[in-house]
Amino acid sequence: MISIAGVELEMLERGKGAPILYLHGGAGIAMDVPFLDLLAQERRVIAPSHPGFGRSALPDWLDSIDDIAHIYLELMDRLGLVRTDVVGFSIGGWVAAELATKVPERLGRLVLIGPVGVKTGKPDKLDIPDVFAMPRERLDALRFHDSAKNPVDLATLADDELNIVARNSETLALLTWEPYMHNPKLKHRLHRVNVPALFLRGASDGIVSADYLQRYAALIPKAGIETIPDAGHLPQVEQPKATAAKVLQFLGSGAKS
Amino acid sequence: MKAWHFSENAYPYLPPEDEYESIRVSLPNRIYDPAKGAALYDRYIDEWLVAEDEGMEIMLNEHHQTATCVDPAAPLVLAALARLTKKARLLILGNPVANRRQPVRIAEEMAMVDVLSKGRLECGFVRGVPYEVLPANSNPVRMNERQWEAMDLIVKAWTNHDGPASHEGRFFHHRNINIWPRPYQQPHPPIWVSTTTPGGAGRVGSRGYVQATFLTGFKGTPAIYDSYRKGWREAGRGSDVPIDRLAYAALVYAGETESEARAGAEKLLWYMTANKVPLHFCYPPGYVPTPVHAQILRGAAIDQHAANRANATVDKAIEAGIMFAGTPDQVFRQIKKMYDDVGGFGHLLIMGQAGFLEHDETVRGIRCFAREVYPRLKEAFPDTAISGARPERVVA
Repeated sequence: MISIAGVELEMLERGKGAPILYLHGGAGIAMDVPFLDLLAQERRVIAPSHPGFGRSALPDWLDSIDDIAHIYLELMDRLGLVRTDVVGFSIGGWVAAELATKVPERLGRLVLIGPVGVKTGKPDKLDIPDVFAMPRERLDALRFHDSAKNPVDLATLADDELNIVARNSETLALLTWEPYMHNPKLKHRLHRVNVPALFLRGASDGIVSADYLQRYAALIPKAGIETIPDAGHLPQVEQPKATAAKVLQFLGSGAKS
Repeated sequence: MKAWHFSENAYPYLPPEDEYESIRVSLPNRIYDPAKGAALYDRYIDEWLVAEDEGMEIMLNEHHQTATCVDPAAPLVLAALARLTKKARLLILGNPVANRRQPVRIAEEMAMVDVLSKGRLECGFVRGVPYEVLPANSNPVRMNERQWEAMDLIVKAWTNHDGPASHEGRFFHHRNINIWPRPYQQPHPPIWVSTTTPGGAGRVGSRGYVQATFLTGFKGTPAIYDSYRKGWREAGRGSDVPIDRLAYAALVYAGETESEARAGAEKLLWYMTANKVPLHFCYPPGYVPTPVHAQILRGAAIDQHAANRANATVDKAIEAGIMFAGTPDQVFRQIKKMYDDVGGFGHLLIMGQAGFLEHDETVRGIRCFAREVYPRLKEAFPDTAISGARPERVVA
C-alpha cells in the first residue's frame, strides 16, 4: 500500500528495467496478473489499483476518472517517474488518456487496450453498450471471445475476493454512469498527446467496436491500431502472450526514467 | 390509527408475461393505450374520492417506466387531488429525492400543493427502488447521501423566508433559494420517509420524521421499528415515541364474506405476481451494501426473487404479515396481531387496488374496511398511544 494525495492505494510492482505504469480496467487488476508477469520479464511494471478498486481506498470526494488521473500525477512524482511508458486497459485506458493530456512530456509511449473515455458517435446511439442494463451472460458474451476463458468464477470465489468484485463494479458505476463511459471534454484535449500511441483491440471485442477505436485513435496525432485475434474486450486475459508481445514490441527498450 | 387508501395506478392490460422481459424499465410503451389509460386515471381518482367520503386519508406514490404504477409525476396527480378533495390528508410517498436533480423544484411543487390543498399535504421522501435508477439515469452509488442532502435542502427552502439563501453542498448547488409560494403549514408539511432497513430507520428516527415501511411483514418490521425508536431516543427526543411516527403498508382487502374477501385478495396479489423484473434491473451496483451485492453476484438473490413471486399466495401473504384480508373481524385481528408484534404503528397504508381488481370490487373493499374495520382500529389503537410501550415488546 502507498498513500498518495491522502488515498491509500494498493500497489503491484514486478520486474526490473524501464518502468511501465499499468492502469487496469473496470473489473480490477486480479485477472491481469499473468499478463503483467509477462511484461515484468523485460520491464519494471508498476500497477496501482485505482481508488475504490481492489484494496485501494475510495475517498468521499472522488467520483470521476479525471480525479484518478490527478492522483496518478502525484504517484508519478512520488515514484520519480520522469518519463514513463503507460499502458491502460478499458477505463484504465481512459485514465491513461486523461493523464496524457495533462503531462504529455512525462510520457514515453502510450498503449491503450480497448479504451473507453470519448464520445465520438451520434447522440442517439451509445458508443459503448450499456453494461449496467444487461444480464451477466450477455455482458460476458460481449467481453469474451470465448466465455470459457473468463477466469472469474463467482460461484467459487472466496468471500473477500467476491467483495472486491462487487466493490469494483460499484466504483465502476460511480465513475462511468453519467456521462456514460466518457468525458465530453477529453476529445478536445487529446491533440496534446504528442507521444507515439498504440491502440489495441481484441478482434471479438463486443464492448469497444473497431469503428469506435478508429475514431478514438484519430484524435491522437501519432496513433496506430492493431488487433489481437481470438480475443474479446480483454485481450490481455484471453491472449496474454500475444498481447504482451505486441505491447513490448511497441514499447521497445523503453523510455528512460 | 389513521388509514390511507393507496393505489399505484397500475396499467394491467399487458400481453402474456412470456412475451416480455420485464414489466419495468424496458417494457415498450406501444403496449400502453392512452384511451384506456385515461379511463384508468378517472377511475383511480374516483376511488380516492370514495375513500375520502368514507373518512379515510389518501396516499399516492411515483414510479417510472413501468406498467405497475403509471404515475411518473405524482405531484401532478396530487395537484388534481388537492382540488378534487376537501378534507382528506394527502400523502405523497414519495418524492424520489435521490433521483431528482433539483431539490428546490421539489420544495416548490410541494409548497404549491400544500397551498392548493390548504394545508393537507403530508410530504414523503423516498430514495427510490432500484429499478428507478435507469429511467432517471441516476447514479446508484451514494444515493443515501444524495437523499439526505436533498431532504435537508428542501426543508431549508421551505423554512427560509427572508430572501435568497444559498446551498453549496456535496451534490447540490443553489445560489438563490427563495421559493414562492411557501408552504401553507408552518413551519412545513409533515415529513415522511420510507425505509425497508433498520439502518435507514435509525436516521429517520433521529430526525423525528414519520417512518413508513412497505410489506416488511412480521419478519422485517420489528427490527426497523426498534431501530427507529432507538434513533429517536438517542437524538434526545424523549423516551416516548408517539405512535403516529410509524406507518406500515400492506395489501388489504375486507369483504362481507370470506369468499368475497378471498376473491378480492387473490386479485390484489397482482402486485407481487406481476412484478417480473430481471436481476440486472433489481440490483444496480451500489444500491445495496457491498457484502449484500457480493452474495447477489454469487446467486443468492436469484432464488429469492423467483421464490417471492412463485410463493405469492393469499395464505402465505397473510401469514407473513404483508396482507390483511378476510371478513372485517378477520382483518381486524390480523392487523391487531401485527400491531402487537411490532410495538404499534399509527398509520396503516392500504394497498387497496391492484391489477384486475375492478372498480366496483375496489370500492366494495374500501367501504367494507372503512365502515366495519376502521372504527374498531381507531378505538383499539388511539393516536395518543406510545409506540413500543406494549408489554409484549418489553419482555425481550
